[in-house]
Amino acid sequence: MKTLAELAQIREQMKSKMAVRDSEGSMRVVVGMATCGIAAGARPVLNAFVEEVNKENLEERVSVSQTGCIGICQFEPVAEVFEGDTKTTYVKLTADKAKRIVAEHLKNGRVVEEYTIGAFQK
Amino acid sequence: MKELSLNILDIMMNSVKAGATLIGLTIEETDDLLTVDITDNGCGMSEETVKKISDPFFTTRTTRKVGMGVPFYILAAQQTGGSVDIRSVEAPAPDHGTEVKAVFHKDHIDYTPLGDVVSSLMILIQGYPEIDFAFRHVINGKEVRLFTSEIKEQIGDIPINSFEILGWIKEYIEEQYAN
Repeated sequence: MKTLAELAQIREQMKSKMAVRDSEGSMRVVVGMATCGIAAGARPVLNAFVEEVNKENLEERVSVSQTGCIGICQFEPVAEVFEGDTKTTYVKLTADKAKRIVAEHLKNGRVVEEYTIGAFQK
Repeated sequence: MKELSLNILDIMMNSVKAGATLIGLTIEETDDLLTVDITDNGCGMSEETVKKISDPFFTTRTTRKVGMGVPFYILAAQQTGGSVDIRSVEAPAPDHGTEVKAVFHKDHIDYTPLGDVVSSLMILIQGYPEIDFAFRHVINGKEVRLFTSEIKEQIGDIPINSFEILGWIKEYIEEQYAN
């Protein structure tokens, strides 16, 4: 049975591992989590981003957060990736698409064009 | 929405938007009744606003003209023969905040299942580490609980939304459910 006291041990272990977040080349993933996003399936998309970022050891460079209405409800679930001055808007996402975005874009710097809003609006 | 846990996530996002620093989620469940009580210490609403929020054409967001979250929640409760009661005290009154209390009749054919409440809670803890969440789920008298303030007491300056801590919290809650 887990006890809260265990957390103190985890804290000790983590203290030695805590690295400072590297702001050079850092990226922010923001997932839309308003009513439209939640209804369309944003929860598993956000979970997939968090898990994959951790799995690929990108936590120091990539932050994953959520926001309210982005204004393009028909395209939900939506995630925006901010790096420096650029923003890439990914639309109609699923957990699997999120995994691919982490592997190709966040890890290797290659935007997944077919998931972007630009591809849908042609 | 497919599960009430998604509506609950949606309503709690309103508390976040209201600037709450403490959000409580208490679920009481018996064989035929589900009561969900969401409270926050955010900026609250005036009496007139409380009357308007059940209207889908009322919203505070500027990107669209409709706000479906509260109307969806009310519909989900009413279609089971239940109800939603919303009380609010607007800042700057010292006890500012909002309470959304919903009752669902589980034995009704139109009852939407509660679904994955833990997932909704984890999304909020991950996204808003500065906010304290007080979660209690009482099922036929037995309680599952998670108060982020208690977690933070133990972990000091380690962020509560670090992957390892989140994983621990999820297992801690799931273990309580299993018992």
